Amino acid sequence: MNLRRDVFQAIADPTRRAILLLVASQAMTAGAIASNFDTARPTVSKHLQILTECELLEQTQNGREIYYHINAKKMKAIADFIEPFRKMWDDRFNKLESIMKNYKPKK
Amino acid sequence: MEQKTKVNAEDGKQELFITREFDLPLELLFTAYTEPEIVEQWMGTKVLQLESRKYGSYQFETSDPKGNKYRFSGVAHEFIPDKKIVRTFEMEGTPFGLQLEFYEFEAVTDSTSKLLMHVIYESVEKRDAVIKQGMVRGIDLAHNRIEKILQKQL
Repeated sequence: MNLRRDVFQAIADPTRRAILLLVASQAMTAGAIASNFDTARPTVSKHLQILTECELLEQTQNGREIYYHINAKKMKAIADFIEPFRKMWDDRFNKLESIMKNYKPKK
Repeated sequence: MEQKTKVNAEDGKQELFITREFDLPLELLFTAYTEPEIVEQWMGTKVLQLESRKYGSYQFETSDPKGNKYRFSGVAHEFIPDKKIVRTFEMEGTPFGLQLEFYEFEAVTDSTSKLLMHVIYESVEKRDAVIKQGMVRGIDLAHNRIEKILQKQL
């Protein structure tokens, strides 16, 4: 059994990000995806495997061909990866604001 | 609704920017960074030391529900009242390393102000780890809340 891969590790790689961008516009076969890169075909396959394992890509069978397409739901979850950090600061600053609104300077 | 606090963390960079507009006059916003009792309230930390001046150092401490203590500390390299603070920040005993923080305070109107925080980390990996830690912390908080609700029901 493969351990579930870290999704952030998956998107940390520039080639994998390029693959996601490519597939975002249309579903593609592994061959079509590989033809866009100078890297060896097995390397691209490995990237596709990682992206599929962490559910960023999904496969559909169409006759003999396997098409890769993007999992929009999972992509959205990543786009929001900064959100909890932002929320943490937002909460802190909201607190600061309400405290200072009631602030009486010491004399 | 437009978000009051914005975070801009570009891919593959070891820095990030946080901006926020406050419904507070500039002087009050700045005071929130210099008065130990106030810092304690909004940061949720104990302030052991806070020297608001150039070369001044600070030390904060938080404890989790289990009583473990965490220290945050750093030194100010620039301190211009109502305008700018440049300081280092370190969460002691964590792998996040040291970060360099630039705070710029600015009046927008007589009753509103703006803060720009520019934070530089040791590496892209460390910056991303800090951002992800915010996520983990969010999950922790939700977990604590659930725990509390469950305890009440018992």
